[in-house]
Amino acid sequence: MKEKGWKDVPLGGLILEAGSAKEYLTGTWRTFRPILDEKKCKHCLICWIYCPDSSIIVEDGKMKGFRYDYCKGCGICSTECPFKAIKMVEEAKYKAEKEGEKQNGNN
Amino acid sequence: METIKAMTGDEVAAETIRQINPDVMAAYPITPQTEIVQIFSEFVANGLVDTEMVRVESEHSAMSACVGAASAGARAMTATSANGLALMWEIVYIAASLRLPIVMPVVNRALSGPINIHCDHSDSMGARDSGWIQLYSENCQEIYDNLIQAVRIAEDKSVLLPVMVTFDGFIISHGTERVKILEDEQVRKFIGKYNPRYPLLDIDNPVTYGPLDLFDYYFEHKRQQVEAMKNALDVIKKIGGEYAQLSGRSYDLIEEFGSPDADLVVIAAGSTAGTVKGAIEELKEEGINAKLLKIRAFRPFPQDEIKQSLRKVAVVAVMDRSASFGAVGGPIFLEVRSALLDEERRVPVVNYIYGLGGRNIGIEDIKKVFQDLIQIKKTGKVKNLVNYLGVRE
Repeated sequence: MKEKGWKDVPLGGLILEAGSAKEYLTGTWRTFRPILDEKKCKHCLICWIYCPDSSIIVEDGKMKGFRYDYCKGCGICSTECPFKAIKMVEEAKYKAEKEGEKQNGNN
Repeated sequence: METIKAMTGDEVAAETIRQINPDVMAAYPITPQTEIVQIFSEFVANGLVDTEMVRVESEHSAMSACVGAASAGARAMTATSANGLALMWEIVYIAASLRLPIVMPVVNRALSGPINIHCDHSDSMGARDSGWIQLYSENCQEIYDNLIQAVRIAEDKSVLLPVMVTFDGFIISHGTERVKILEDEQVRKFIGKYNPRYPLLDIDNPVTYGPLDLFDYYFEHKRQQVEAMKNALDVIKKIGGEYAQLSGRSYDLIEEFGSPDADLVVIAAGSTAGTVKGAIEELKEEGINAKLLKIRAFRPFPQDEIKQSLRKVAVVAVMDRSASFGAVGGPIFLEVRSALLDEERRVPVVNYIYGLGGRNIGIEDIKKVFQDLIQIKKTGKVKNLVNYLGVRE
């Protein structure tokens, strides 16, 4: 997205449309990434209650993963999970592993 | 039509606010407040205004309440002085940054310590970079005229900045003068109905005020404030002209007094401009031609008008009723000297810091300044760039 110049942005830092926080992907702030172990998860939704950024995806009463666009990686879900079903992995390591998998897949 | 009343500066300010009839007045009621709010609160109690009076627990809260009210879409005002202004400091900047057209009389008084409640300009001069427009009033009539115009200036769509209307503590705030007062209807017609641009209470058009604004957009918003100040130069002149049609009293960014072709000039703001006028009249009888350049608008700084006014003069003294510790000189001096720097002809500019903490200044003191200017003109030499007028050695 190209950022607007001073003549085009609303005065005084005002935001003129509602719900625009959706466009601000705070997930880019994340250092640690929550990873769900589906085998351990009992869908108690304690993580959903604790998550300060509404980033736990729930469908039909089941924990379905994370909204990574908005999850800041605080790790509350991981700490509070009674079944140790959420692991926090360093983003850099996660990405490196992902890259590795891709390359292996190509071979 | 207009009536003539004898009023103190504080009474005039309260009376003008009554005529403006703002939606919200937020104020901290005790010292370092002035009588303005006390007198105005009587108007509220007597049902003479529609204003919602918010009694707050500090000046910080007074300005916060004004910011909230103005964001909601109200015409909001408060009044303050000296340490009260200092206490609202954080929110003073926020009011300007959010582009809220709040109008606030500031009674110019010294900042403590040691404790002092008398006149100098150190309070408002400290706020010169806060993003507020600053109009300095010479006398009670100008408090009245400036406050009415301030509403229009602040709310102009090309400006949308808060305005401080300052006047000298005690000298003007407690001095009784003759003031011409317009009819309520004339004032209300002149200021018009306030049409806020993005009121928070307009629930059909939701807006967010004061979000986080980091390195990606903050700079752009500051640049907008710079432009709004620039726009205010024309708006102040335009509204001054319109006000002249209503009242017969015209206002510009600066005012000149004395012989137009005089080459000795004293620059001053506030009540001392009146003292300079007195000195110039006496000097005229003594056969000396002199001129006053009064700063009405200090923010935005009217550099073009000042350059124009000083183009042909021989020597200039700038009177500063505040010190800028560690700087080359007082704040008005710095601006004037800087404005003249790229002029082809170099004019000597000297600075007089005076009247701190209410130290009296009289016609004789100003005449001494003009005598110094005569010496500089004669010898071409500036002995002291910055002088402390009236301090004991």
